[in-house]
Amino acid sequence: MTRFFQQFLNFEKIRILKDRFAEKSLFVFMLIFGLALFLIILVLFLRTHPIHTMMTLPNLLFSTVWKPSKGLFGFLPFIAGSLWVTGVAMAIAIPICLLTSLYLVEYAPAKLRELISPLIDILAGIPSVVYGIWGVLAIVPFIKNYLAPLFGISSTGYSIAAGGIVLAIMVFPVIIHISVEILKAVPKDMKDASLALGATKWQTIKHVVMKRAMPGIVAAIVLALSRAFGETIAVLMVVGNVARIPKSLFDPAYPLPALIANNYGEMLSIPMYDSALLFAALLLLLVVLYFNIISRMILSGSKWSSYYYG
Amino acid sequence: MDKRSLEENFFKFLMIASTALIVAVLSMILLTIIIKGLPHLSWAMFTQTPKTCYYLGKEGGILNSILGSLYLTGGATILAFLLSLPITLYLNVYAKKGSKLAYFTRFTFDVLWGIPSIVYGAFGFTLMLVLGLKCSLLAGMLTVAFLILPIMTRSMDEVIRMVPQPLMDASYALGATRFETAFKVVVRQSLPGISTAVLIAFGRGIGDAASLIFTAGFTDSLPTSLFSPVATLPLTIFFQFSSPIPAVQGRAYAAALILTIIILSISIISRLMTKKFTRHIVR
Repeated sequence: MTRFFQQFLNFEKIRILKDRFAEKSLFVFMLIFGLALFLIILVLFLRTHPIHTMMTLPNLLFSTVWKPSKGLFGFLPFIAGSLWVTGVAMAIAIPICLLTSLYLVEYAPAKLRELISPLIDILAGIPSVVYGIWGVLAIVPFIKNYLAPLFGISSTGYSIAAGGIVLAIMVFPVIIHISVEILKAVPKDMKDASLALGATKWQTIKHVVMKRAMPGIVAAIVLALSRAFGETIAVLMVVGNVARIPKSLFDPAYPLPALIANNYGEMLSIPMYDSALLFAALLLLLVVLYFNIISRMILSGSKWSSYYYG
Repeated sequence: MDKRSLEENFFKFLMIASTALIVAVLSMILLTIIIKGLPHLSWAMFTQTPKTCYYLGKEGGILNSILGSLYLTGGATILAFLLSLPITLYLNVYAKKGSKLAYFTRFTFDVLWGIPSIVYGAFGFTLMLVLGLKCSLLAGMLTVAFLILPIMTRSMDEVIRMVPQPLMDASYALGATRFETAFKVVVRQSLPGISTAVLIAFGRGIGDAASLIFTAGFTDSLPTSLFSPVATLPLTIFFQFSSPIPAVQGRAYAAALILTIIILSISIISRLMTKKFTRHIVR
């Protein structure tokens, strides 16, 4: 009897030991990957150090001269390119996505909603190369043949406008997905109260629903903004890639991600080039990080926190 | 008609128009890829590697990049799974309720999710230099694993969080340790959700090009070793599309169609899974 008891105790001990061991090792595991973000920033920062010994930060950011072979790295054309393309994309995407989300949540019959939501998922799943190909086949000729002549400008079509349109389509699912969840979370009582006071449905949406959902929608937009800022392949294929500060919508541009992707091959042959490109990556990372943190803070501070899938 | 309902109808019209626009754009993208890709699709695409003069329009296929993509993304998915399952289990079973550390980790992973893949590519390349690796299957795998780790972890976290607390309490009450509860109850209960998370991450990984430009390299032969370069579908599409020769461009469309079909079937499978594959679930 005692032997049986002792064996039982041993068995218990092993189980508990296993549990304790698992706890400690899982904890270490999680900590390592929780710190991955800092690791990435640190690695990129250390690797960009050489360029800082050569040029000052304002010089890097605001000079327009890009001549890697002479050791001149001015990032302004690329930063401007990124800002333009992202700005155009957001200007197109925000109204369309807001209207669509409102329609899906407030007006659309349930059947239509069920039909459209997988379609949005498909849009989110299409790889960016495919968006790029479509952009070259459809958007670039459209701009060259119709949109630019409409304004009396001749353009090759490979332009900020093309990049902006393709990017806008790529961020549709991000904005719609989050704002639909957020609009759904607006309490029905609030809407009923407004309707009971004699407001029309649209007035209710305008004054009650939108007001309530605003922080969440802002967060969705900021998240989409950061997604657009870092998108590489699709933009690179349609935006023209000319390192000059663009003056109009129909000028080509050269956003930061495209710069990195296009030049990584030859960077090891020119001194400082790799450091400069990693500086571009670091810049990209920090901007995206900033936007992301803002939007996650808005979302996680609210009760929608469980909904923020990208 | 009074002003109020005029305004309402106006905006309702705009809403319907923008919804229709989105549906139209999506169908246009899919139609373009199908119409352009279908004529160039052939068995040779799936069964052959590029022959000599392939890039001048002679025969051959893209078996090298189909296999390369599957190996690379498959490996990366397994790697990411091995990392993210313990992390999510710690977050949900071991971490105390309202733990600052758990909050911080979730937040970090969300932010990591938002980092563009080109930055992961640059980071992966830097790590490669440090580790002394060349452009290879292994380097690409590690980079993609890094890229999809946050996606998988956060999606898994969302489903594991849904496991009812009473179910876990029941397991504890029967004398199970947290370790046993985690692997025998929680994992089993959320199995469909976990598989969906894995599939989502796989789909994201296989479509990504920017992180692979500097890490995976490119080759015309089939992937044989972890340390040699590997061809991948997105990069194949990208390179062949920029060729001036129509036949090669045509193959880029066909490859794009293949990639789109792979990704769409993954998303359909994961959708079905959430619906059907719920046998062991206690509600």
